[in-house]
Amino acid sequence: MTETVARLDGISHRYGETSALSDIALEFPAGCMVGLIGPDGVGKSTLLGLIAGARALQRGSLQVLGGDMASQRFRNQVAPRIAYMPQGLGGNLYHALTVHENIGFFADLFGLTGASRREQIDRLLDATGLLEFRDRPAGKLSGGMKQKLGLCCALIHNPDLLILDEPTTGVDPLSRRRFWDLIDTIRQQSGGMSVLVATAYMEEAERYDWLVAMDAGQVLATGSPSDLRRETGTDNLDDAFIALLPESRQAREPGTTAANRSQGAGQPSEQGPGTLAIEAHNLTLKFGSFTAVKDVSFDIPRGEIFGFLGSNGCGKTTTMKMLTGLLTPTDGEVRLFGEPLNAKDLATRRKVGYMSQSFSLYGELTVRQNLELHARLFHLPEAGITDRIRTLSREFDLEDVLDQRSGALPLGVRQRLSLAVAVVHEPELLILDEPTSGVDPGARNRFWQLLMRLSRQDGVTIFISTHFMNEGERCDRISLMHAGEVLACDSPERLAAQTGTGSLEGAFMKTLEAVDKEPKTRADDSVLNAGKEHSGRHKPFSVRRLWAYGRREARELLRDPIRMAFAFIGSALLMLILGYGITLDVEDLSFAVLDRDQTPQSRDYVNAFAGSRYFLEQPPIHRMDALEQRMRSGELSLAIEIPSGFGKDLKRGRNTEVAVWVDGAMPFRGETILGYVQGLHISYLGELAQRTLGETPTLSLVALEDRYRYNQDFRSLDAMVPAVIPILLIFIPAILMALGIVREKELGSITNLYVTPVTRLEFLLGKQLPYIAFSMVSYVSLVLLAVYVFDVPVKGGLLTLTLGALLFVTATTALGQVMSTFASTQIAALAATAILTILPTVQFSGLTEPVSSLSGAGALIGPFWPATWFLQISRGVFTKGLSLADMQGAFLALAAFIPVLTLMAVVLLRKQGR
Amino acid sequence: MESLSNIWHLGVKELRSLWQDKVLMVFVLLAFTLMIYTAGSAGSMELHNAPIAVVDEDNTVLSGRVINSLQQPWFLPPDIVRYDQIDELLDQGSHTFALVIPEGFERRVRQGQQVSLQLNIDATRMSQAFIGTNYVERFVITEVAEFLQPGSSGMDLPVTLVSRASFNPNLDGTWFGGVMELITQVTLISIILTGAALIREREHGTVEHLMVMPLRPFEIMASKVWANGLVVLLVASMSITLVIQGWLNVPIAGSVWLFLLGALIHLFSTTAIGILIGTVARTMPQFGLLLILTILPLQLLSGGITPRESMPELVQNIMLAAPTTHFVSMAQAILYRGAGIEVVWPQMLALIVIGGVFFSLALVLFRRHLSV
Repeated sequence: MTETVARLDGISHRYGETSALSDIALEFPAGCMVGLIGPDGVGKSTLLGLIAGARALQRGSLQVLGGDMASQRFRNQVAPRIAYMPQGLGGNLYHALTVHENIGFFADLFGLTGASRREQIDRLLDATGLLEFRDRPAGKLSGGMKQKLGLCCALIHNPDLLILDEPTTGVDPLSRRRFWDLIDTIRQQSGGMSVLVATAYMEEAERYDWLVAMDAGQVLATGSPSDLRRETGTDNLDDAFIALLPESRQAREPGTTAANRSQGAGQPSEQGPGTLAIEAHNLTLKFGSFTAVKDVSFDIPRGEIFGFLGSNGCGKTTTMKMLTGLLTPTDGEVRLFGEPLNAKDLATRRKVGYMSQSFSLYGELTVRQNLELHARLFHLPEAGITDRIRTLSREFDLEDVLDQRSGALPLGVRQRLSLAVAVVHEPELLILDEPTSGVDPGARNRFWQLLMRLSRQDGVTIFISTHFMNEGERCDRISLMHAGEVLACDSPERLAAQTGTGSLEGAFMKTLEAVDKEPKTRADDSVLNAGKEHSGRHKPFSVRRLWAYGRREARELLRDPIRMAFAFIGSALLMLILGYGITLDVEDLSFAVLDRDQTPQSRDYVNAFAGSRYFLEQPPIHRMDALEQRMRSGELSLAIEIPSGFGKDLKRGRNTEVAVWVDGAMPFRGETILGYVQGLHISYLGELAQRTLGETPTLSLVALEDRYRYNQDFRSLDAMVPAVIPILLIFIPAILMALGIVREKELGSITNLYVTPVTRLEFLLGKQLPYIAFSMVSYVSLVLLAVYVFDVPVKGGLLTLTLGALLFVTATTALGQVMSTFASTQIAALAATAILTILPTVQFSGLTEPVSSLSGAGALIGPFWPATWFLQISRGVFTKGLSLADMQGAFLALAAFIPVLTLMAVVLLRKQGR
Repeated sequence: MESLSNIWHLGVKELRSLWQDKVLMVFVLLAFTLMIYTAGSAGSMELHNAPIAVVDEDNTVLSGRVINSLQQPWFLPPDIVRYDQIDELLDQGSHTFALVIPEGFERRVRQGQQVSLQLNIDATRMSQAFIGTNYVERFVITEVAEFLQPGSSGMDLPVTLVSRASFNPNLDGTWFGGVMELITQVTLISIILTGAALIREREHGTVEHLMVMPLRPFEIMASKVWANGLVVLLVASMSITLVIQGWLNVPIAGSVWLFLLGALIHLFSTTAIGILIGTVARTMPQFGLLLILTILPLQLLSGGITPRESMPELVQNIMLAAPTTHFVSMAQAILYRGAGIEVVWPQMLALIVIGGVFFSLALVLFRRHLSV
């Protein structure tokens, strides 16, 4: 243990105002199993993230495997030697991908090829017992299996340093034991591998070689488990840890396990026979063909603490949801307090407090606001609310954090808040789904003391599920569940006695192992390849890694039916709507006449309008104020007033005036109407002269000979359809691309960018490829629609158009990538991309008026917006029949967006977390 | 009574959550300020700086005067080009018009002969092409008449046409663009906020939490509707007074209060649509796609961008069921034409009915969604 795997000096880390680590100096010995222990939120994850290179170093110096982690060059080189498994079940896995595809993806990132790739994957799958599940999507694995898969992905490249952040949190005891056995096997075989683990399970920590006890961002002590026990004079790590805490904190930690276990062993307060809180009879729930819960029955008397133990995914949560009415059983009956459960009955809900597996309060509200909200929703008398909150915050030790945002609190504190919220209305029954997963021992102990008091003093019935055996021992009765069925149900002592194992843990293992055989492995084979394959040099650009990301993204895309359907149907549907809907033909305008003359001549004049296809005559106007009124309501777009004496004046050749009012609210429509009116007016006069004088007078010496180019019929569709294609090819690709990247940030798989050898450019280009392909499919469907449904022919070369489209969607997806770098949540990415792409595309890209006519901000943005150039290409090919050579400028401009946007995305994307 | 108190408290929670999402708030503010200013100042579809090229084969005083008559703000200063350049210019789309003044133009006009000038028009630029042609014609005719007989106004007609554009006498596009963008943003943002609020609750598991409490789906939904609607209404009223009236200097003909009342009724429908999409979508990307599929037709076919009467009959009828159609027509009547409630009550009534239908539909789906 003379060598060190990591050397930390003066490391500090802050998240905004909060300090996570302060001035840490440590040397981790190489070649052994090092554990980080301590309560939640003391900086364990941050420390591991820094060592793995997933978080950017803020202060201090950090040497890992003999190099400086502050240097990007060294990180690139060392990445293949470090493996990192972040916190949470399967945080860095891709849930839509199968087990095999997940491992394959990591194998590609680390450059494994050919036979060694295949062999390595098979060995790992075999060793973890995942071989028979190789084609199951990762999202459908149980928690324990997800963790094993995560481990496979981490071990694929034979790392020298394995970093595991709480790998067994939320995993059942049997899977947990198998997980550590596997790690032991691997370490024996690999010899030199160092392992760094953070854990909340002290009993696991007993197996480690060297421990670092942490609290409040600082190191309390280091040494082997026996060293720590000896130094503190305690006989177990739980107590040792508490003894290590500063005096001020110790006072608040109640004595632990041994002392308390007996204290909690009292019997539930007797309330007389026949007072059952929960009766479940033959509960069965099927999801399609899958039976999640099968024929489960139990009776729970009032005031009892009933524990629910079982492997991951065995149906515990589903059963609990049936008890709360969140799920309706396929078969069987639930009775609460003697009454059949009615999900719609609000009165029963008042008697029940429920705490779901994950934190499900409002993280953006403060602790006090959360408590107040729930007190009010349960209609506690307004006067008593302040008192109730004071009492609760004291009981649950929340006084110091009352005005902090609950989402920012450590897990243990959040769980206490959840429990406080669940009991705010003093329910008679509490249903708690794994309330202590991920909570450190001290906090868990306090939590159980609260439960005990609620049960023993207030007679509250508690139904609780847990993975901790020492918690199970504190329950009055236990039910062991596996694969949807209850295997045993009795008091912990009797269960231990029945199985002859003497402990609840033994009883659990024995009962479960009887039905769940250890996966068979080829014991003779080593788990890892003997030969190390680190080339030592980091290739700055690797097509293989790029391709790994591309293929993975494509698979996810192909497996999302909504996104796929959208590629084919959605964009076509939008094109139909827009093509038929946006028309610039101004027709069927309603007009009415205020005819003060009422002569054949005035009638004749009106007919000139009524006969035109542009205007539709409405009932005549009789008074001036009616004219205003009807214009105002928008009923009339045009009003004509013919003065009295119009006919007489016309016959005598005296000059007369006709007044027209045009609705100018929509300026372009107003202009168009004015144009029509003038044209009709002149043609009426011409006809009049023809009829009376027999000749058409020369009204002016000049005439304009209009030549409408490209669109002789002046058909709106011919102009609009080529313009709709660019609109659709910018919105959809940009939004999908942005969401595709931000999604990784939100779900946590972005870590793979941080800690694997993939570069930012490979990551971006790889993810971009499937979206380009996807957009080109949309493009084809749009062109087909244009030609066959809208009857708009492509006058120029289809190849030219396709090349333009390819450049365009590459640019628009790159635009989505740039947008994604600003957003950290999907909703923000969606809103930002939607808002920022719609306006410039519709207004500034020349859709309705050429870019050269724009002024103000539009004139500035127009030329720097890719849609401007593709619109020109699309119109050029569709309506003008132009060739590539004719539009060189537009093509070059469009192509220039690609490197610029990609470069922006690469620069703005971070290769490390904060 | 209990119900009302639940709706109130849940709504307050909604406002607090929104306030915490700073990125979203910044975008909401941007949408109602900068975006509206940009849209308003960009001009609109009336003839404005149309690019025109002129081939002057005459090179006389008259041809010079004709060219000078094509001026800003309607046309950009004309570019003098050669005849053989016309095709290229129109192909590239750099010019919408190309006017050809033939040799002997002035001489023949002086001799009293009829002359025709060729005007090449890029007809793919529908609106500018049509309006611009009328303008070119008017300018050329006036210029020639003025040349022959100073002081004359053009054609000598037996009937004079006195035309005026009501409500927007100069047909100024700024008026139109800014206000229409406001209408667009009211719809877009209210749908995004409400839908996202629902999806956020689902992704964080808090919907489940609400369902085990003594709350009805109606209360949960109503609280989201009022809270998000209120936020949009507030920023919209700020936008109309500060940005549109203050910054863009657009005169508002009618009552701002009446418009805000209409917007309030409109928000009832759009927030319900937000819930509807939020219920159908399982993830945020799916929400995004459905949002595009909803928002584009709602906006483009509402009559706010192109006139309704030119759309196919079927589209017009279908769009009668969309709240935006009535909102746009109401907003235009109030803001541009100064209409009062006696004019716009039918649209308000339609909005109330549509809002009621969407809300009930969303409630049914939301209930079903929660019971699974």
